[in-house]
Amino acid sequence: MRHFRRKASGPLVAIVFWTVASLITLFPVYWMFAVSAKSRVQLFGSPSFLISSFFTENYLSTLSDPAFQRYMTNSIVIATSNALLVTALALLATYALSRYKLPGKENLFFWTITNRMAPPAVFLLPLFLLYTQVFVVADVKLFDTKIGLILLYCVFNLPFAIWTLRGVIDGIPKELDEAAFVDGANTWQVLTQVILPLAKPGLAVTGILTWVFAWNEYLFAATLTSVNARTITTGLAEFVTVTGTNWGRMAATAMLTLVPALLVLGLAQRHIVAGLTFGAVKE
Amino acid sequence: MRSNSVGWLFLAPTLLILFIFGVVPFLYVLVIGFTQWNSFAANPDMQFAGVENFRRLVFDDQFLYSLWLTLKFAFFAVVSEIVLGYFLAQLFMRDFPGKGFFRTIHTLPLVIAPIAVGATWRLLTVPGLGPLPYYLNRWFGYDFNISRYIDQAFFTTVVMDVWHWTPLVTLTLLAALSSLPKEPFEQAQIDGANRFQIFWHITLPLLKPAILATVFIRMMDALRTVDEVWMLTGGGPGAATRYIGLHIWRVVFPKTDYGYGSAMSLITLYLTIVMCWMLYAGLVARRELKRVD
Repeated sequence: MRHFRRKASGPLVAIVFWTVASLITLFPVYWMFAVSAKSRVQLFGSPSFLISSFFTENYLSTLSDPAFQRYMTNSIVIATSNALLVTALALLATYALSRYKLPGKENLFFWTITNRMAPPAVFLLPLFLLYTQVFVVADVKLFDTKIGLILLYCVFNLPFAIWTLRGVIDGIPKELDEAAFVDGANTWQVLTQVILPLAKPGLAVTGILTWVFAWNEYLFAATLTSVNARTITTGLAEFVTVTGTNWGRMAATAMLTLVPALLVLGLAQRHIVAGLTFGAVKE
Repeated sequence: MRSNSVGWLFLAPTLLILFIFGVVPFLYVLVIGFTQWNSFAANPDMQFAGVENFRRLVFDDQFLYSLWLTLKFAFFAVVSEIVLGYFLAQLFMRDFPGKGFFRTIHTLPLVIAPIAVGATWRLLTVPGLGPLPYYLNRWFGYDFNISRYIDQAFFTTVVMDVWHWTPLVTLTLLAALSSLPKEPFEQAQIDGANRFQIFWHITLPLLKPAILATVFIRMMDALRTVDEVWMLTGGGPGAATRYIGLHIWRVVFPKTDYGYGSAMSLITLYLTIVMCWMLYAGLVARRELKRVD
């Protein structure tokens, strides 16, 4: 009896519960949006959750700030280059891991993931010293350059991409490769004309999530850049640590940082969890 | 037909990048850890110091305090996330209208940059602006100020982490729950088992691998949390939320104590690995023992 009663009241209770839970999830983000839409005067006194008149100045002054424009451009360039580079290299690597009988390849496969799991704080100092002192000797400039961050982000994004793509490439029947080889195709043609079209959805998801990870990264961007290659996340942090507390503009900057994340939520929602658990969990 | 050298050629760029930016820094920090190197010292050059740095670490109160804080933070955050996440996953197991919509909202925190999460929570909690201090004071007369009170600062970082990462636990456990076989549950119901018995003897053992994997991944992440906390409290008040990543940063950059900071990094890396291994082995072993009983 009890069992049946529970089921009957189920949907309504669930909807009420999840509405409350969703409000809790959304509230911090909504509050940030509210702050971004208010002038300094409106922010004084008791906090009001309503937005009486949209104060566009926070967004306009942020968007017209040359520093912000540079941070934004850097972030877009770095995240996009990193996503393209990582996806391309991971496709080659996973193809090799999937189709060739390379000695020790499973060990290599597992080793790659340790690069992603290590605490980043541990690598701050050696990378900082390598970038500022050691690699400079060899006439390579990586400190405060976009290429420096693009290459570095490969260290944690490549393992992710390889682990995600492994299943995709393994899932493409080997017979298709064989058939193409019989028809006289070379390895490169097989890769670009057989594997690539079939792996496209998987590559897209990998690329999108890689892009977000690169976009969201803060710690390395903050320590390995000084002026020229600063990204949007470091810009956001500077609002608190350097320029003081212009809350409205900080909130506007944070909202703008968030936009790509919202797009990703729409594009690759189903794959976010698999991405964050190294492919251990498939939804 | 296909020679292995082509395979190695395809792997080469990946391995080269991982070597230069992953292995070389590790080897470098390994070397620096055994030296005395501080630009502010009387002799600012790198000089070999043996295990001196590691000896100093054992008696370094600030370092040990930071380690303790990090463990405490990881413990509270991960335990709350697993319990809450399991509960939410169970609620997602039923069908109801709008489920997909609620799930999308629930996934939102996962894609937000940690630094933006910190910014969000700072706006919520900063005195004079945030609604949390204002309403806690007005409704309950509670003085909420995370830039003054140590415990409040600590638990705010925990709550922030729970807000940010519980969705991951919910969705991983939901995936695991959905893939469980139906027969054991039906059989148990026929045998007259109550809800708790079903949970304890059937759901939990079947979910063990998924829970272990989730705890493992969350633990790794919680132990290295930096961005959100840096943005929310800056490690303060005092050293109340100066978790190990923040502490290493302080030793390495403002103090430029390279040798000592490297030793600290190495110990942290070592402890993280040992912690996770112990956690894994411990949880597995306890279960195995129980089965023998």
